[in-house]
Amino acid sequence: MFEAIAFYLFAFLTITMFVITVTTSQALYALSALAAGMIFISAFFFILGADFLGVVQIIVYTGAVMALYAFGMMFFDTTREVKEKQGNKFIITGLSALAAVLVVVIVAAPMFADNIRALYPVIEGAGNTQTIGMVLFTKYLVPFELAAVMLLVAMVAGIVLAGKKMDLSLTLMSATEIDEMNQNMNKKVL
Amino acid sequence: MEIGLNHYLVLSTILFAIGLVGVMRRKNLLLLFFATEILLNAVNIAFAAISHYYGDLTGQMFAFFIIAIAASEVAVGLGLLIVWYKRYGSIDLDQISTMKG
Amino acid sequence: MEKYLYIALFAPLVSSLFSALFTAMPKKLFTGIVASLLIFTAFVSSSVLLGHILSGGEPIHVTMMTWMATGNLYIPFGFVVDEVSVTMMMVVTLVSTVVHVYSIGYMDHDKGFNRFFSYLSAFVFSMMVLVMSDNFAGLFIGWEGVGLCSWLLIGFWFHKESATWAANEAFIMNRIADLGMLIGLFLIYWHTGSLQYDEVFAVAPTLEHSVLIMIGIFLFVGAMGKSAQFPLHTWLADAMEGPTPVSALIHAATMVTAGVYLVIRANPIYELIPHMGLFIASLGAFVALFAASMALVNRDMKRIIAYSTLSQLGYMFAAAGLGAYWVALFHLMAHAFFKALLFLGAGNVMHAMHDELDPFKMGGLKKIMKWTFIMMTIASAALAGIFPLAGFFSKDTILNVAFVEHSYIIYGVLLFTAGLTAFYSFRLVALIFHGEDRFKLFNIHPHEAYKYMLWAMSPLLILAIIAGVFKEPFYEMIIELLPAGEFEIHSHLIEWLMIIGTQAYVILAIVYAYKKYAHNRIVVPDGTSKMENSIFYKILYNQYYIPYAYEEYFVKPYRELSTLFWEKIDLKIVDASVDGIAKCLYDAGDKTRNIQDGNLSTMLKWMVIGVVLLLSLAVIFGLVAQNSDKIMVILSNVGVI
Repeated sequence: MFEAIAFYLFAFLTITMFVITVTTSQALYALSALAAGMIFISAFFFILGADFLGVVQIIVYTGAVMALYAFGMMFFDTTREVKEKQGNKFIITGLSALAAVLVVVIVAAPMFADNIRALYPVIEGAGNTQTIGMVLFTKYLVPFELAAVMLLVAMVAGIVLAGKKMDLSLTLMSATEIDEMNQNMNKKVL
Repeated sequence: MEIGLNHYLVLSTILFAIGLVGVMRRKNLLLLFFATEILLNAVNIAFAAISHYYGDLTGQMFAFFIIAIAASEVAVGLGLLIVWYKRYGSIDLDQISTMKG
Repeated sequence: MEKYLYIALFAPLVSSLFSALFTAMPKKLFTGIVASLLIFTAFVSSSVLLGHILSGGEPIHVTMMTWMATGNLYIPFGFVVDEVSVTMMMVVTLVSTVVHVYSIGYMDHDKGFNRFFSYLSAFVFSMMVLVMSDNFAGLFIGWEGVGLCSWLLIGFWFHKESATWAANEAFIMNRIADLGMLIGLFLIYWHTGSLQYDEVFAVAPTLEHSVLIMIGIFLFVGAMGKSAQFPLHTWLADAMEGPTPVSALIHAATMVTAGVYLVIRANPIYELIPHMGLFIASLGAFVALFAASMALVNRDMKRIIAYSTLSQLGYMFAAAGLGAYWVALFHLMAHAFFKALLFLGAGNVMHAMHDELDPFKMGGLKKIMKWTFIMMTIASAALAGIFPLAGFFSKDTILNVAFVEHSYIIYGVLLFTAGLTAFYSFRLVALIFHGEDRFKLFNIHPHEAYKYMLWAMSPLLILAIIAGVFKEPFYEMIIELLPAGEFEIHSHLIEWLMIIGTQAYVILAIVYAYKKYAHNRIVVPDGTSKMENSIFYKILYNQYYIPYAYEEYFVKPYRELSTLFWEKIDLKIVDASVDGIAKCLYDAGDKTRNIQDGNLSTMLKWMVIGVVLLLSLAVIFGLVAQNSDKIMVILSNVGVI
């Protein structure tokens, strides 16, 4: 029974938050609602017994990704209202509803739902984190390493794309050169 | 009332639909990225639910990797957005349709 | 021995292909020389084969390769050299060689010199295929080939409207007749199961009489077109638009005799339907008279000779229809010689008179063109049937045949026509060569033809004189294949009376022609004389108004119908629908181009539409797969599956 209450509560909250995200005209509200929605989704993961996943969701998504978005918002100066020319509301909502209905039909069809077999069954006794660890470093090792490389690439890409004065390297310049540069900069200000 | 797999899947679908609405509606590129995040999270819920109800860890692993990928995607995406903003000064979709076919 | 067959068959093809390499270039003399040499090679091979057959050798059969082998239909490319075909081969190759050499001189100043030899040799090749083939399908291939080459050669000077019109007329009339021949071929195959001569003729006696009559009729329709019998005769006179060597080769010696060859070859069939034979003979006699009457008043030199060809073809068909196939073949052979000689002589005259064709505008040329005069006179005498020239032996035999077979009407018609033949032939000779020099009024300066052209014509001259000698050996050879029949008149008295009577009649006609046309007071008729305005003259001069009737009652309505079909149906319906499809595609592309407007938001919306579409497809397929057995039941009830 508790599970049902938790499910419906969090479901309601998540849906509300996300609806705010997509409909509000204030960018700050959208960001905050998105962050809240992420947290509530992690609640779902905990209900489902995927503890590790839930924690990862909070740390990575809510912590890192939302922080990135916040910084991005500061950069683009979108704290004010965003003026948007609206498309046809009915097409948009209609299409989405149709997509939703179709997916439910597909997923709820007995033909598809009957044929799922467990490939990597849960081992009883061990906690969720341990189980994930065991699977991650054995069966999913290669995707794990590749994901690591990909994150590295993304990080370097992010720095390169967003950095200023990338052709200068402060660690390789001598102290006198750094002083010269500072004086030139200050001259301009004056 | 017993919460079954179908409940979670319906929820996931509803969130996915909301994400679709956001994708189609938003004209500001940054807010478009928010809607993309919603899509990814909806799918994560579905994976975790299936993993739980069938006793298979594959769903959770998939969700895990999706989180990793989403993070890197945000990094690169924002980087590109910054470059675009510096070049064109606007991130409104209606004003950046230069590839008219 | 087979190699001679192949040489005789393919040397003309090699010549044609070789000359075809140079069609775009200006005149190259070696084209003509090489072509003539190759045709001469074919002639030599044919002579070797003739020697083989004459010395009692077996007919040579070769099957070169299979043309069609589908289901029950088996048609090979097979060739046979038997008595009939070797005769035809000799005639064709001899006349072709002469004409090739002659053409080197005749087409001397023509821009299409190389093209001419290519077409001419192609014609010879087609004719060889026609006469050497051992099945009806091969015959038909050759048939079509000669029709095509005839079209190419009649319309050789294609810049002239009249030449292209004449070529089209010839080809279309041949085509109409070919339809009849095809039907005949289909009937043969349907009832006998084969198109090979030996197999068909073996089965022929077992067929029903009505079937045989149909086959005979349809094959004869084909022969009618090719040999220009009434009513498909108008093309032969118009075919004189082509160069004179063409007329000599095609429309005197070879192509027009293809019809006669067909009847001779199919003689086992025609033997079984003697009534059809009588009809053929009657039609032949009618055409003989009909053509001779039109030649009496004509003022175009080549047309007169063309009508005489038509008339002699009538003689050949009369002989074949009465069952005397070997006589028809012999007359074919002799006629080829002297008619080709006549045409080539006419070519000399034309060249000398700068392409003037009206004999009334010539006259007195015997002083300038001595050899041509001699040759044409001898050829005309041979044509008239004067003893001891070739025509006497062949034509008089035909008259004997008609008499012996108790077809007295045919005999009478043919006899009367013989007199007409003599008259108009010598009218032509008299007008051209005798009398005063009327050409001086028109400022023409004629000269004799080149020496080598005269030398080329000499074999024909010799053969026109002595061909009668070959009658006995020919008869011995040919009755291996063709039905024998001496056609001797039992009473020697009647026989001598007939010979002397015919000769006297013919000589009288010649004398009359000379009297009327060889004196010095001929004037060029200009439409005012009493004879020109008489009704008979008008009818004969306008060829009984038959070309006019064809033009009014067949050609014009057909042209209207064609224009109607073109404008109303082809343009408006067929073209419009094709263009409509293209326009639909183009407009569809134009409209869907607007999807790409560079706006990411719009494109995202289109992506979602695509996702929805794919999902619906997945749902539909799932439903179908789930209920597939029920759906099969419904569909089979409806009747689709």
